[in-house]
Amino acid sequence: MKPLIAIVFREILILKRRFIKQLLSFSVSPLLFLITFGWGLRDKLSIKGLPYVVFILPGLIATSSMRQSFALSTEINISRFYWKTFDEIQSTPITDLSYTMGEVISGMIRGWLATLVIMVISLIFRVVIPINNILFILSVSLNAFIFSSMAIITSMVVKAHADQGMLNNFVITPMAFLCGTFFPLKHYPFWVRQIVYLLPLTHSTRAIRASVLGYPFPYYSLFYMVAFACISFIIAVRVIKKSKD
Amino acid sequence: MVKIKNLTKRYRNIIAVNNLNLEIKKQEIFGFLGPNGAGKTTTIRILSTLTLPTSGHVYINGYDVVKNPIRVKKEIGVIHQTHNIDPELTGFENLIVHGLLFKMKISEIKRKTEELLELIDLKKDINRPAGKYSGGMRRRLIIARALLHSPNLLIMDEPTTGLDVYTRRKIWRLIKRIRNEGSTVFFTTHYIEEAEYLSDRVGIIDKGKLIALGSPVELINNFGKVAVDIEDFQGPRIEFFNTREDAAKFLSGIDKNAIVRTTNLEDVFIKLTGKRVNPKSDQREQ
Repeated sequence: MKPLIAIVFREILILKRRFIKQLLSFSVSPLLFLITFGWGLRDKLSIKGLPYVVFILPGLIATSSMRQSFALSTEINISRFYWKTFDEIQSTPITDLSYTMGEVISGMIRGWLATLVIMVISLIFRVVIPINNILFILSVSLNAFIFSSMAIITSMVVKAHADQGMLNNFVITPMAFLCGTFFPLKHYPFWVRQIVYLLPLTHSTRAIRASVLGYPFPYYSLFYMVAFACISFIIAVRVIKKSKD
Repeated sequence: MVKIKNLTKRYRNIIAVNNLNLEIKKQEIFGFLGPNGAGKTTTIRILSTLTLPTSGHVYINGYDVVKNPIRVKKEIGVIHQTHNIDPELTGFENLIVHGLLFKMKISEIKRKTEELLELIDLKKDINRPAGKYSGGMRRRLIIARALLHSPNLLIMDEPTTGLDVYTRRKIWRLIKRIRNEGSTVFFTTHYIEEAEYLSDRVGIIDKGKLIALGSPVELINNFGKVAVDIEDFQGPRIEFFNTREDAAKFLSGIDKNAIVRTTNLEDVFIKLTGKRVNPKSDQREQ
């Protein structure tokens, strides 16, 4: 347990050092979206009878927590290729399982910080997100868990730090736009919808939106996320094991 | 303490380590020398459980590095070639994280840190971000980190590379002290005088194969205690003799510029590998 705590503790110390910078960077993108759609378009757009800003807020939470959890891959890459602290950690008696879990929890902390930032910003737009909703907490946590695990997988697969940027451009950014953050999926042609339903962000967006807006909760999305989280975590542990060529 | 049996590591068509056999005794300081790409770092990575061998076995204090890596890691402290510390954390925070990774109690980490700070002379800088440390301070912090959990074997990959002479000497004294306190030391270096000063025994590896093994004195005596540097139309070369008298006899029969001196480990290294230990020092000399 202590080695796992060490990994999380290290992350907390680093976050503490960068706290203000990190909070500002977490808030820029969602703030811009909310200003554009909340104040810019105000009453001109509505979906399912809701002001557009209210509709996209849960989507922004899903996207932002995904991005910040996935940003863990950049940190691991820097520790692998630049600071070389990855080798140092691997020279200590930490198991692959503990290391992976420690990094996933670190990614989840980042994901939750990003979520909390949006929750605070949303108050400016008079939207209150219920923090006491267990399904909301579960959905955000699973979303962060999945993308932290995926961050570990990709950071071990890439051969150079520059490749990480490519993955962000080709995987993370398209997901942010295609998985129902900004509009309902029913607008897609049937075949596109089938592809988009395979992506985990689609399910986390649906689950978070339902828990925030009080829609019937899509439990199948929750199960899909649990399954995806388990599979991606197992793969993450295996790639860490494989990193010792 | 360390038993290496028929160790081989292949990367596709390249054989980095080729059937290496070696034993290192408890409380020994063992210097591992070789030209660039000879297989030193690969051997260190295998000893540190970071790389798996293709074949063969390595035992540290009786534990197999492949079958029991977690147990092996408790036995060793590793100092990698790079200054691999978290620059955003203070020196002390770096040590706390390391101690927790070794399942140490916070009180134990604090006590051990106090002890080590005396040894590494970082007392007044320990609460500064490690990213602001000089190269020598970083190296000393890394040594303290490797010693924090009191390892039985200290593995060091080029521990003094890039450091000034004063800091290097300071680290040499530290390594001797670590051995005197009961640890075994396995290190690689590009500085021949470092290997000669520190090592009880030296192993020379070239193209993955161990080509010489013994104490610096034994290795030197195998070639001859006296070296004669000769400069003629063929270029510079070295001849070895057992006594100064033999060297004088040889010189009386030739008409060439020559310098008679005591043989050192670098002569042995060049004779065996055909290369200098530290190619950078070659460039400086040119």
